[in-house]
Amino acid sequence: MNLLQQSRFLLGISDTHGIARRYFVVNGFDGALTMLGLIIGFLVSESASIEVVINACLAAAIALGMSGVSSAYVSEVAERKRDLGKLEEAMITDLEHTAHGEAARRVPVLIAIVNGLAPLVLSLLILVPLWLANAGINLPVQPLHAAIAIALLLVFLLGVFLGRIAEISWLRSGVQTLLIAVVTVVLIYLFTG
Amino acid sequence: MVSVKKIVLDVLKPHQPNALDFSRAVAEVGGDYRVHLTVIEVDESTETLLMTVEGSAIDFDAIQSTISELGASLHSIDEVEVQGEPDSV
Repeated sequence: MNLLQQSRFLLGISDTHGIARRYFVVNGFDGALTMLGLIIGFLVSESASIEVVINACLAAAIALGMSGVSSAYVSEVAERKRDLGKLEEAMITDLEHTAHGEAARRVPVLIAIVNGLAPLVLSLLILVPLWLANAGINLPVQPLHAAIAIALLLVFLLGVFLGRIAEISWLRSGVQTLLIAVVTVVLIYLFTG
Repeated sequence: MVSVKKIVLDVLKPHQPNALDFSRAVAEVGGDYRVHLTVIEVDESTETLLMTVEGSAIDFDAIQSTISELGASLHSIDEVEVQGEPDSV
């Protein structure tokens, strides 16, 4: 069994597919909206160099990733231990050395990785135009505007993903999450601009 | 030489892995195993199964080990079919 198959098996046996998916969306959304907020904040300020914007956003992305990893790990270790204990009670046997015991040990790590990588990867994608501009590559639009467009696109795609999970219209779901991002932008402009 | 051709086992397992994945895992123990599984009872966290395994030479220890690895417990051996064969010279 390769690593991916084993991960799927452990998520399946512990019935935690849904939890990993939820963490991915929730923290991915956190990452995208945080970057959107930061970039619009810099856009409103109009004084920071692109390097300052990159450093501030990258620091926030790393912090979001670390927060995602640590918070999910701590809470999932407790949840998996509790579930394993309940299952052991029902089975009237020690499950520590079974697939369920292995899942209780490894699933928190898997979920922590998902929860940490989701905001980090989405944030890094949003920062791509800023890096390109910093490397001297000319973009057809301003790098901050391009980063905002990528953030909005990623938020829309998260909505599409949610729509497919719920088996409802992907377009409607995507537009719903996009609206949340637009409201966020309006609020930032209202309070900072 | 004696070969086990069929065993019927009473097993208690958690809901996961489901009956299909559980049967597959047991069938993978041997090359020609045929597994028939019936869920007898479903509780809040567990299921009681009647599992029949057929094959040309069933390795009971390997099956028991797979059952344990998946978090299930073997309660009893309810039926067996064993065939003796003359040793080839």
